[in-house]
Amino acid sequence: MTLLLGALTVGLILALVALGVLISFRIFRFPDITAEGSVTLGAAVAAALLLRGANPLVAVAAAGLAGALAGSVTGVLHTRCGINNLLAGILVMTALYSVNLHVLGRSNVALLRVTTLTTWSEGVAQAWLGGGAGGIDLLGWEVASRDLGALLFAGLIAAATAGALYLFFRTDLGTAMRATGDNPQMIRAQGGNAENLIVLGLALSNGLIATAGALLAQQQGFADVQMGIGMLVWGLASVIIGEALVGSRRLGLTLAGAVMGSVLFRLLVAIALRWGMDPNDLKLVTAGFVFVALVLPGAVAKLRRRRAAPGGSHA
Amino acid sequence: MLELSGVTKTFHAGTPNAMCALAELSLRVAEGSWVVAIGGNGSGKSTLQNAIAGTVAVDAGRIVLAGQEITRWPEQRRAALIGRVFQDPYRGTAPGMTVAENLALAARRGERRGLGWALGWRVRRELRERVARLGVGLEDRLDEEIGTLSGGERQALTLLMATWRRPQLLLLDEHTAALDPRRADQVIRLTREVVTRERLTTLMVTHSMAQAAVLGDRLIMLHRGRVLYDVGGAEKARLRPEDLLERFEAIRREEQLDASVAEMLRGQYV
Repeated sequence: MTLLLGALTVGLILALVALGVLISFRIFRFPDITAEGSVTLGAAVAAALLLRGANPLVAVAAAGLAGALAGSVTGVLHTRCGINNLLAGILVMTALYSVNLHVLGRSNVALLRVTTLTTWSEGVAQAWLGGGAGGIDLLGWEVASRDLGALLFAGLIAAATAGALYLFFRTDLGTAMRATGDNPQMIRAQGGNAENLIVLGLALSNGLIATAGALLAQQQGFADVQMGIGMLVWGLASVIIGEALVGSRRLGLTLAGAVMGSVLFRLLVAIALRWGMDPNDLKLVTAGFVFVALVLPGAVAKLRRRRAAPGGSHA
Repeated sequence: MLELSGVTKTFHAGTPNAMCALAELSLRVAEGSWVVAIGGNGSGKSTLQNAIAGTVAVDAGRIVLAGQEITRWPEQRRAALIGRVFQDPYRGTAPGMTVAENLALAARRGERRGLGWALGWRVRRELRERVARLGVGLEDRLDEEIGTLSGGERQALTLLMATWRRPQLLLLDEHTAALDPRRADQVIRLTREVVTRERLTTLMVTHSMAQAAVLGDRLIMLHRGRVLYDVGGAEKARLRPEDLLERFEAIRREEQLDASVAEMLRGQYV
């Protein structure tokens, strides 16, 4: 049960990565690789501040702002300097590796002796739910109240973020941002500055991703300079699963789908690991999954067209 | 009023592929006037519209609209003064967003985008009324993605978006060229209604001689980036499509003559 709660908690924290990837990849159609560096940046900034005795909330907010800054740099490189979107992301991601090492001071730091949002939420849960060092009864299962607290806190953060994004994307500014991704020519003709909106969108996306990094570091109890590797594909896999789950392009459902996709994906990974999958194969399997999810719909459509065409083979 | 003076644009300048799209073009369009521009391929019609809208930066010359020099303004700033309908129905709208969301964006054209609701109940009521006035039956489809509508329906909505806030200049860039004849007629009817009702200063580019002859109160024919023929008033009213075809034929003959003279000279001197 502890394993399940842990998987759900991490899935909910990484839902912020999925939401960030949803903004860059789906809303802006911008393949933003900065995400890989932003996760670590968020973790590094939060860890550095926590180790200096900062309030965990301040540390998370600073991590989010640092991620937003990184996203803005990618946006500016693309929109103002005319650098290809992929290359702009690669440049910033590469630069962030050094930045993250400087912020962390070394390749990884432990956060076991400092107060984090995770320890705070665990403490609150223990105070409210009781159970002490042991467990409490949840639908017949004995669960540690601290694990439940961390899960509820992560759920609250994921739900609040998705809700806030839903409201934001229905404002005039948010609607203009969505239109920019859909048709930049149209938004320019309506007086919108597409370039600024792209920069803002990438700032928002990377801000969320860095926030996820900050929360993940606190959940895991350490920040590592390598922890961002594969996060982009992770986020993309979550978005794809979410789209399959909700089967709709409506804004609210798409956001909810990204959160659900992240949780489900994390659960699937936990189950696969439990069944003996080599953890070293995790990223390979994830990349393979995304590849299949991207290629399969097109291949199926092609097959259907071929079968429907006169003279095509009929099963 | 729109005023262009000495506007020049050369694409691929300084290369063997240099092409002069606008050659020191000067044009005055009076307030409330509807000018129809025609011309062959490469005559500069679309570049003229793009230069005015800010999609293309001009090499030289001045563009003044409603008393403000907009020559160096970016496209999005000019959008506060200019409404535009493109040839391609897909260019003027965001296909993945609903009809209502597209219209809500147009309702604030040129304004700063803030954190107010894009679709408050008041906006929603107004856009329902205005869409109903179009008479194309889309008032009950406001929450459908605009990408699911036909080209004609999208063009009708783009026209509504371009004129939602009264523009100082309406640019129509062959906006019925991609539609079937029935839809094209419908969009032309809507265009005529809105331009006449709002007395909009309009610059319309078309390939259709029939449209050029019957629409607008002034006609200009462009050729190699210059205004070759400019007619208005009673003379424009008497114009028939056949007259325009005759003029095109004359240009073609002249071009061929130029080509044959050049060939002859090349034979003699090169």
